[in-house]
Amino acid sequence: MNSFYTYFADIFRGLKSLLIGMSVTGRYFFSPGQIVTQQYPENRKTLKMFDRFKGDLMMPHDTNNQHRCTGCGICETNCPNGSIEVISDRIELPDGKKKRIIDKHIYHLSMCTFCNLCVKTCPSDALAWDQTFEHAVFDRSKLTKILNKPGSSIIKDIE
Amino acid sequence: MAFNIYDFTSFTQSIDEALYEWLPPFWALIVEMTIIGLVFLIGYAIIGLFLVYAERKVCAFMQNRVGPNRVGPYGIFQTIADFIKLLMKELVYIKNSDKLLFNIAPFIVIIASFMAIAAIPFAKGLHAIDFDIGIMYVIAVTSLGVVGVLLAGWSSNNKYSLIGAMRSGAQIISYELSVGLSLLTIIVLAGTMQFSEVVELQSSGWFIFKGHIPACIAFVIFLIASTAETNRGPFDLAEAESELTAGFHTEYSGIKFAFFFLAEYMNMFIVASIAATVFLGGWMPFHIGSWEGFNYVMDFIPPLFWYFGKTAFIIWLMMWFKWTFPRLRIDQLLNLEWKYLLPINLVNILIMAFIVLMGWHF
Repeated sequence: MNSFYTYFADIFRGLKSLLIGMSVTGRYFFSPGQIVTQQYPENRKTLKMFDRFKGDLMMPHDTNNQHRCTGCGICETNCPNGSIEVISDRIELPDGKKKRIIDKHIYHLSMCTFCNLCVKTCPSDALAWDQTFEHAVFDRSKLTKILNKPGSSIIKDIE
Repeated sequence: MAFNIYDFTSFTQSIDEALYEWLPPFWALIVEMTIIGLVFLIGYAIIGLFLVYAERKVCAFMQNRVGPNRVGPYGIFQTIADFIKLLMKELVYIKNSDKLLFNIAPFIVIIASFMAIAAIPFAKGLHAIDFDIGIMYVIAVTSLGVVGVLLAGWSSNNKYSLIGAMRSGAQIISYELSVGLSLLTIIVLAGTMQFSEVVELQSSGWFIFKGHIPACIAFVIFLIASTAETNRGPFDLAEAESELTAGFHTEYSGIKFAFFFLAEYMNMFIVASIAATVFLGGWMPFHIGSWEGFNYVMDFIPPLFWYFGKTAFIIWLMMWFKWTFPRLRIDQLLNLEWKYLLPINLVNILIMAFIVLMGWHF
């Protein structure tokens, strides 16, 4: 008798769980508003990428065209595939001390794997990610970028 | 030539008479067969392409996606583009394969589905051949497809294909029983195996309502078993992409692959139309017993519309299964059939016979 009971209990339990599954997919089928797919070229105007999206490396500059990069080269040594080159320069301060500043912060987008190590290890938070992602160009040389803007300088207090 | 959307009998008869008047009987028969064959071929292409598109869309909506939407408005030309691509693909020659069987297999699969579709009534008078044992003929013919599947797996000289084909063999042989027995339940109620009569008998109510409880059980069992018989998910372990690459049609490419693909979808269409015909009244409009006014209004909707509507509904049900349930393992599959479906089915036939005997049906 007991096995008889379990046989039918099994059937009804199985049917119930199948119907629960079907109700989930059925609900999805009848509510197309839940579709989360971004239809890219059509929504290009309104598409906003997420804050944490890693599109393109950049160096934030403030309104006085000043950045936070000291030219220490830690990002360059940490980059696993050599897509960053820091070319530093030395200037003489008015009090006679010598100080290192960056001449060019070169970033090769073509070699970057977007691993985030440069941003993470930068001691002065000089690097950040941009949310642009349309990187296709006709010439490879356009993928090599200089991150510090021409004529920019370092913010005073950064060491 | 009287063309009537509600009754095609006089239309088909006038074509038949005209042909026999112009031509000697032998050639008239040949011409008739050619016309019917061409009509079915065109129907196959259209229905097959549409079903592939429908499947992709339904699947996408059930997974909160958009589905094909690039080729044409809402992606309606996607499957046509895919078909053209398949036509232009190279037919790869497999080393050490059994060439003859390898080439014959897709044709066997598609011929089996062609033979089955001939017995299905689309509307009054739109019926290629009306056997008086129509249901039995369809059961017999749909199971022929497994020969093609087995040959494809055997001749490919590929272990995955062979495993897939053997699984398919075990599956179809077991589930054929359930399909047959669930249809038998309705045959007990109807008292005939002729499709045109089965449909005609449902003019006072579809069999699923007339036979109430046992008919509903038979309908569910038929849906499960016929899904298994057409090798569709959750019973698609003959193909099982994640385990066997593509199962029995791993080695096929181009148009031969397209044949298997088309046959799979057409088999789905055929079992859906059998379910619609036997359980839901085929082209018969929705009638409730003696409600004259209601029945009269329902009669205004053309039978073709009813037929395709019901079939589409059942196809949608099957797609709903496929995209909800995970694939069964081979032992679970055989367990389900031999331990659950078959005993329930046998008891169900007894109940149905008892109900018919006592006159408790409507």
